[in-house]
Amino acid sequence: MNIGSVNYRIGKSIGFQLATILFAFACVVPLLAILFYIVKAGITKINWHFLVNVPKPVGEIGGGIANALVGSVIIILVASVIAVPIGIMTGIFLSENRKSKLAYWSRLSVDILQGVPSIVIGIIAYFWLVKPLRGFSALSGSVALAIMMLPIVVRSTEETLKLLPDSLKEAAYALGMPFHRVIFKVIVPCGISGILSGVMLSIARITGETAPLLFTAFGNPYLTTNITKPMHSLPLLIFNYATSPYNDWHDLAWGASLILLMWVLLLNIFTKLITRKWKVQL
Amino acid sequence: MESTIVKDSVVIKSRDFNAYFGTNHVVKNVNIDIPRNQVVAVMGPSGCGKTTYLRCINRMHELIPGASSRGEMKINDEDIYEMHPIFVRLKIGMVFQRPNPFPNLSIYDNVIAGYKLNGIKLARTERDRIVEHSLTRVALWNEVKDSLNKKGSFLSGGQQQRLCIARAVAMEPEVLLFDEPTSALDPISTSTVEELFHELKTNYTLIIVTHNMQQAARVSDRTAFFYLGELVEYDETKTMFTNPKDNRTQNYITGRFS
Repeated sequence: MNIGSVNYRIGKSIGFQLATILFAFACVVPLLAILFYIVKAGITKINWHFLVNVPKPVGEIGGGIANALVGSVIIILVASVIAVPIGIMTGIFLSENRKSKLAYWSRLSVDILQGVPSIVIGIIAYFWLVKPLRGFSALSGSVALAIMMLPIVVRSTEETLKLLPDSLKEAAYALGMPFHRVIFKVIVPCGISGILSGVMLSIARITGETAPLLFTAFGNPYLTTNITKPMHSLPLLIFNYATSPYNDWHDLAWGASLILLMWVLLLNIFTKLITRKWKVQL
Repeated sequence: MESTIVKDSVVIKSRDFNAYFGTNHVVKNVNIDIPRNQVVAVMGPSGCGKTTYLRCINRMHELIPGASSRGEMKINDEDIYEMHPIFVRLKIGMVFQRPNPFPNLSIYDNVIAGYKLNGIKLARTERDRIVEHSLTRVALWNEVKDSLNKKGSFLSGGQQQRLCIARAVAMEPEVLLFDEPTSALDPISTSTVEELFHELKTNYTLIIVTHNMQQAARVSDRTAFFYLGELVEYDETKTMFTNPKDNRTQNYITGRFS
């Protein structure tokens, strides 16, 4: 074979390898750029005062995001309380009944639910809860977010439990354990790291959701912990302030963006740690 | 003691017992009497229904989707299929082909898993006694007594299998089922487990499925030979290996098919 054609192919191979490295690097760039830009714009705004105060009226200097921070925590907590038990139970059902008709349909619904645009889920929550209850409320926002969390919790629970060997379940049944004990004493503890990481990822996923909250939690300039009343949240605050004409409100939005970003980053890192630490060696 | 009075009585009795996977008829009209405090080996080529038959005895067969069974299966003259499966499995312990200790539990907790995970409360001294007694029965106590708090998956394969036997023994069942208990073990672990069988039959009735004829000959008092879902022959192990009555048994033990 002629040397020239071999050299040409070696060159092509190296070129292809370089291209994959280049594109892998290109994936990191957007995240780094976002991090850099938001840290640069937001870091100077963040101090104790910023975290514990509510926003001041236009024209007054200062003010913080305490209402949005507390609001976000409450809305997400309530959403988790709704979505996590339902999601885990559904995941258990799907992994236990792989071939039943009900499993087929619920798996399909969950997959489709995952693809439903968040704004549509917001509208649904508006018609289901806000209109009948005659008022915006944090609870309706939590329900909308819970619907968004469900598919992630269900599928990660199902996938985790499917990976556990059947021999584990047989060992439990052979000791005379009833179904609920097999599930809660053996199967769930062995898959706990995967289930928890699914829960954490779903929380990270909904933390930044704005659309479902626009016509449910609505927003509130004051600090409140009443989930039947309108409540602020970080993404809503960012949306409102970033689209406002005032410069110091823009600054608040940058600070809030940084907080939100750190929240999501920490959740992701925490998830990785949990997965590693609580993994049951099979 | 009850076991001395009824020493030769029948513990497990099957009459016209059949098992199916969907429409696939895998165990056909099996009639068998299993005497108390004996080791019974169930042998036969792959796919002959021996494991399925074993799993019917403690009703593990029905856990597989589409599986069903028909016929009579009794323990001490009580119909197993009229009892709740949980009671059946408390009376009839099982050890599987691959060691399957609970990976989330310590060695100690693995032994008393049948109590702990079933929510049966035991006093501390009682638990300690059961753990030591069960581990001693399976000749594992001396090897693990200093690492009882380590995870069960930390042990070697042979030790894990003995831990699984201890877990079954801890529940004080009447019958112990073994589904090819040594096929995933090395030769030394295998002989340790085989020695246990002689030891265990003083308190329990053992039914051992094996694809290994030599093992059947070494460990059992009686042997059942399954072929294509049928029970071809069931007799004293000595008689079976020296003077088989059926041609198929003869062919199998002389290695003409496997």
